[in-house]
Amino acid sequence: MSYETVIGLEIHAQLRSASKIFCSCSTEFGAEPNTHTCPVCLGMPGMLPVLNREVVSMALKAALATGCTIPPRSVFARKNYFYPDLPKGFQISQYDKPLAEFGSLTIDTGDGPKRIGITRIHLEDDAGKNIHGENDADRAFSFVDFNRTGVPLIEIVSEPDLTSPEQAAEYLREFRRLVRYLDICDGNMEEGSFRCDANISMRPAGQKEFGVKTELKNMNSFRNVQHALEYEIHRQVDILESGGRIVQETRLFNADTGTTASMRSKEEAHDYRYFPEPDLLPLDVDRAWIDSVKTEMPELPRDRQQRFQKELGIPPYDAGVLTSEKPIADYYEAVVKAGADPKAASNWVMSEVLREIASHDQLPGFNVTPKNLAAMIGMIDSGAITGKIAKTVFAEMAKTGDAPDKITEREGLSVIADTDALAEIADQVIAANPKQVEQYRAGKEKVFGFFVGQAMKATGGKADPKALREILLTKLRG
Amino acid sequence: MDLWRLSIREVAGLLAAREIGAVELTRAMLERARDLDAELKSFILLEPESALRMADAAQQLIDDGKAGPLTGVPLGVKDIFCVPGSPTTCASRILQGFVPFYHSTVTERLEQAGAVFLGRTNMDEFAMGSSTENSSRGISANPWDTSKVPGGSSGGSASAVSACQCFASLGTDTGGSIRQPASLCGIAGLKPTYGRISRYGIVAYASSLDQAGPLARSVADVAIVLQAIAGRDPKDATTADVPVPDYLAACDGNIRGLRIGIPEEYFAEGLDPQVEQQVRQAIDVLAEQGAQVQPVSLPHTEYSIASYYIIATAECSSNLARYDGVRYGLRAEGRDLLETYTATRSQGFGREVKRRIMLGTFVLSSGYYDAYYKKAQQVRTLIRNDFLKAFERVDLLATPTSPSVAFGIGERIEDPLAMYLSDVYTTSVNLAGLPGLSLPCGFADNLPVGLQLIGRPFDEAALLKTGEAYQRSTDHHLKLPPAAQSSGGRE
Repeated sequence: MSYETVIGLEIHAQLRSASKIFCSCSTEFGAEPNTHTCPVCLGMPGMLPVLNREVVSMALKAALATGCTIPPRSVFARKNYFYPDLPKGFQISQYDKPLAEFGSLTIDTGDGPKRIGITRIHLEDDAGKNIHGENDADRAFSFVDFNRTGVPLIEIVSEPDLTSPEQAAEYLREFRRLVRYLDICDGNMEEGSFRCDANISMRPAGQKEFGVKTELKNMNSFRNVQHALEYEIHRQVDILESGGRIVQETRLFNADTGTTASMRSKEEAHDYRYFPEPDLLPLDVDRAWIDSVKTEMPELPRDRQQRFQKELGIPPYDAGVLTSEKPIADYYEAVVKAGADPKAASNWVMSEVLREIASHDQLPGFNVTPKNLAAMIGMIDSGAITGKIAKTVFAEMAKTGDAPDKITEREGLSVIADTDALAEIADQVIAANPKQVEQYRAGKEKVFGFFVGQAMKATGGKADPKALREILLTKLRG
Repeated sequence: MDLWRLSIREVAGLLAAREIGAVELTRAMLERARDLDAELKSFILLEPESALRMADAAQQLIDDGKAGPLTGVPLGVKDIFCVPGSPTTCASRILQGFVPFYHSTVTERLEQAGAVFLGRTNMDEFAMGSSTENSSRGISANPWDTSKVPGGSSGGSASAVSACQCFASLGTDTGGSIRQPASLCGIAGLKPTYGRISRYGIVAYASSLDQAGPLARSVADVAIVLQAIAGRDPKDATTADVPVPDYLAACDGNIRGLRIGIPEEYFAEGLDPQVEQQVRQAIDVLAEQGAQVQPVSLPHTEYSIASYYIIATAECSSNLARYDGVRYGLRAEGRDLLETYTATRSQGFGREVKRRIMLGTFVLSSGYYDAYYKKAQQVRTLIRNDFLKAFERVDLLATPTSPSVAFGIGERIEDPLAMYLSDVYTTSVNLAGLPGLSLPCGFADNLPVGLQLIGRPFDEAALLKTGEAYQRSTDHHLKLPPAAQSSGGRE
């Protein structure tokens, strides 16, 4: 029997607000344990949460970018369970009245674009981190680092619209690109600021009802997500084929073995005893708030990708690479705006620029300004420098930040278009290679390239290629 | 002169005129509180060192001409308010050894006003109870008859004020915990409107019901303390941005034309006839002063106790989850995490607290939420609507505070339902988020009877005005309990 895969993802994205969601502690990652804490995020007696409005605005960006409905009122709720990294004994989340609902995100699949439904987006606070004693003296103890406690999260729940591990990974990538464009999350899966759980079930092809699902956790990379889902598909299909039944449970992925193992069954699942958080008023988001967030919305990556293809005429692949990160797209667009040919600019940005910088974060301060890169591309077009020389000029611009014309002048990199000088070089090359001259004159025209190469080499690559070819042709035929 | 007999206004006047010194006053009150406490056990802890330090600071304010109405005035603080450096246990073993390094907004405002905290007053553990018998730190006695309870949960705060161990005290009221002990101890106690006083730094019992407020011997003294602590606090999102009027100015004694509603459901079966008689007489006094009295109906009153014990226990089951032995307070080590949790919480919480945590866990659990918690919230709305409807016709309501006078120590402790009924007239006010004032209105069997005034949201002024008018023409509030007089001759 053939089976159909049904996958839904729950993404947890840490919002990049300066302070935590319910107190004013810093959200910075990597500080000494328990230095970013206060009585509120430590759950000390008598402490109360106060909502950080910046966090809500960030979450609204995600909601607007995915076309969600934003109800005028959402409600925070307590999710109760005991764990040492949860100092209040409950997480403040949203339950039956989330911040946003009914959105979607479009992804590219082998069969073209596909719209993935988004069930809901809600706000919540992150828990701390348990650290189990690592050296001998500490082995008997576990420690808790509360720095992460209270860092704002949005949880984005997708509809079960994903039908393959590849689609799941693509959805995740697309969402990561989106939150990074919106500048609301840094999308770092290893540091845990962008996390994902997956629900997966199988059903006989064509069947309407869903099969029994399992929930997969502990996947901290795109690859892991894909591998975990692939493994789970095999596992579930094997069980179904051999007449068994899938048990509804939560399973942990082990990246070392590439397998999943049962963590807890449905019966062992927590009863979270959700109820409205009495310490916070319902969250009212009015038209004015939404409108003001709208004015801060950047062009979304997918729109931009399409616009680059349509307006600038660059290939889909180029548009995808250039819009992968907002700073790259901004840089590229600035180069084009400064007058560069879009395709030439695309080539330069995708190859030389991305090679030169360690990360796109460095682009805003990058030595080669879009204006200078556009000027350099213009010099190639006008024949003032050759493509090969341009690479030297580019490297020099990256080093010094100088304008390309200044560099070519200073370094003597301008094209040699002087026919007398070129003729002299041509004569030397012809004289030095009698064997090849003979071959050429005997009709082996391919040898012509050899002469061009030799002459170019002799000028240090500075010869105007068109003029050089003409002179060589005349002299060889003569 | 018996300084301890004076009102806040009188004693602040003497301090401001430098006829007495703040340190000298505090020293005398500390001594009196200690002496009387051998019998009354109003205080869990007297803190002479910090009290004298505060008195010193108060004297400085006075000397600098910056004294306010509470500068140098010794107060009692319920053991539920966090005060830096002061052990705050909520009368629970689980918070043994917990010393906050932060202030509740209420105590911070009082400290800034120059008040002096003598120590921590006794209470039912985590404010759960109506007799202060649920304290892990001993049972407080009623100054009018030490074989009786002072009420609860702010029983220590009430007995301390009643016996003149301090001039006023702070309590909290979730279902009657200020008003009922005030009533049983013959003093005034105000539960302000929900959102009037910051809950920041007050150990939470039931967050949607908890509200701090003053207990004092006169309504005017209540007004003075309220003035110092009321108002919006950015650290408590549920405080309201409603202007705070001049409460003492509102106490002008003029209630001519004021419309007072008498809810018939509060004078039904279960009310001690002697209590009813005193309360009705008090209402007559108000009528004599020009108030218009008329009957009103609050038809959902009978559901208030049930709704209260669902909502309050649900919230407490969540609020008390943080006491897990991981970060502060008691930790009973177990072999693993679960054992540490269960051992800590089994040993740390008392019987009533455990009972309420279990009740609350049950009513929130999957499959029962709709039948209990959700239903209770719906009833809560109906109860609030009852009041708002009544307030279309009247300005405030007058009722008994408690169906009976103080009962005997040990009399109800084995019967939780009987104990819960002590709050039959007070819980509705918390469910509706309204202000309620209890003030002494007579005696039955030589024990004080309390009159409860219930007002519109944020209209504490109307209650104080009415209470003041009543106290200007009566003297119940001036009578001192035997326990207060027994050592009165010493000063």
